Amino acid sequence: MAETVVSPEMEKFIASGGPVVEFDDVSIGFEGHDVLSHVSFKVAYGETRILLGPAGGGKSVLMKLANGLIEPDSGEIRIFGRSLREMNEKEIFEMRAHVGMVFQESALFDSLNVEDNVAYRLVEEKVDPKEIRERVLEALRFVELEHVIDKFPSELSGGMRRRVSIARAIISDPDLILYDSPTGGLDPITSTTIMELVIKQRDVSHTTCLLITHRLQDAFTLATHRFNVQDKKVEKIADNGIDPSTKFLVLNEGKIVFDGTTLELTHTKDPWLREYIE
Amino acid sequence: MRFSPEAYAKSIVASVQEYSLLSGRSLANIFSRPRYMADIFTQMDSIGVGSLPIVVLTGFFTGCVLALQAAVSLKEFGAVNMTGELVTLSMVKELGPVLTGLMVSGRNASGMASELGSMKVSEQIDAMRALGTDPTRKLVTPRLVATVFMLFFLTIISDACGIAGGAFVSVTLLKLNAATFFHTGYMSLEHGDVIEGLVKPIFSGFIIATIGCYYGLKTTGGTRGVGKSTTQAVVASSVIIILVDFLVTQAMIGLFGR
Repeated sequence: MAETVVSPEMEKFIASGGPVVEFDDVSIGFEGHDVLSHVSFKVAYGETRILLGPAGGGKSVLMKLANGLIEPDSGEIRIFGRSLREMNEKEIFEMRAHVGMVFQESALFDSLNVEDNVAYRLVEEKVDPKEIRERVLEALRFVELEHVIDKFPSELSGGMRRRVSIARAIISDPDLILYDSPTGGLDPITSTTIMELVIKQRDVSHTTCLLITHRLQDAFTLATHRFNVQDKKVEKIADNGIDPSTKFLVLNEGKIVFDGTTLELTHTKDPWLREYIE
Repeated sequence: MRFSPEAYAKSIVASVQEYSLLSGRSLANIFSRPRYMADIFTQMDSIGVGSLPIVVLTGFFTGCVLALQAAVSLKEFGAVNMTGELVTLSMVKELGPVLTGLMVSGRNASGMASELGSMKVSEQIDAMRALGTDPTRKLVTPRLVATVFMLFFLTIISDACGIAGGAFVSVTLLKLNAATFFHTGYMSLEHGDVIEGLVKPIFSGFIIATIGCYYGLKTTGGTRGVGKSTTQAVVASSVIIILVDFLVTQAMIGLFGR
């Protein structure tokens, strides 16, 4: 993918130095059961924030809250410095134009082929068809799936669907990418391919992102590897180095139990966290 | 969990509110941009042209049965010649609109609920919203416009087929005169009857599309939930079509006096 083209309003926001995502005392429950309870955290511009935690801890709900797909019962969510509560429906749709989202089960449209799925957002924005075709090819080249452009989602493997979903999320050069378990349910080799794409996207476009994963191995791969632009390969950071822009957030039973850097996580004294990461 | 009448009553009120909001929004979308014309035409083809065979067959055989049954009773009064009048009036005022509504409901309310339900449980609806598209505008409004528009014409076709079926039975089995059948049928119709028969599909089309989409969009619980939504959509739309048919008939009797 080409370098991110930053819109003037986004340039103004970046200059302000504010967090891209900010949760302030957010709580939400369903049918009398608390899913997230008093969650507060910030994600700075250019940061990759990995969400870890046991299944059912409220990670996917948090992701949907961040994109305004559901509303919290209490608390404030600010995306690009603007409160979602203060935005009307039209403004939320405009905000989403800056956000790319990869869903747990890919969520590709069954009735559309790969090309139309990836092009969906550009078609909605009435971009010139010639430009759409070029950008679709560019996005599919990024995920190394140019050859499946005419296929339908049902003809693709789980890993391929996930990669097409990534292509659909990055086609509009978003300023924030939300990955909801991009490696969930995939075999280790395919998971590695997906994580390499996430690292490539992080190091080429420096896009802010939130990523949910159940696999600690994937999380640490993200923290300890980088994309070598010259060799076009993902490699381990020299001298056991750690990517400074990658940070962690651990959720358990709807509460934040850790918010910090990779080193802080690996050196934690919290018994539950130690048990979880070991 | 303990049954609470209060929670049950609240859930019913909430469902009615959600349904009303969805219907209102999908109607309001017709008058603002963006409009998804290609989706409207696709739905017209799927709902209208796709339902043509069942509507033609149902209409034709209903007309046949109506003629057979009517002849038995009319014979007792020596009025077999009035079979045309009875078949035509019944088809145009009542059976054409209601049976077409029920057949299209069985075919399309279920189709809409299962399609949208599958999209909901596989997060495609959320993906659509995340990609900046309002699902009500993209999915519900085209189905609403297409169903109302096509059901109107399907009802006319059903009426015609029913009358043709009645004529077929009258001529071949009852040995009646075809000209008499059509003449008595034509003469029996008044403007009010035709208007009544053409107003009903507008309501039925609205009910089929909004109920089908409502149950589809509120689907939860995976593939089992999709099956449940589909059944609920067909049952609810069929019952409401008959209920609204009664209300419209009552209103039309008030307006036209017959």
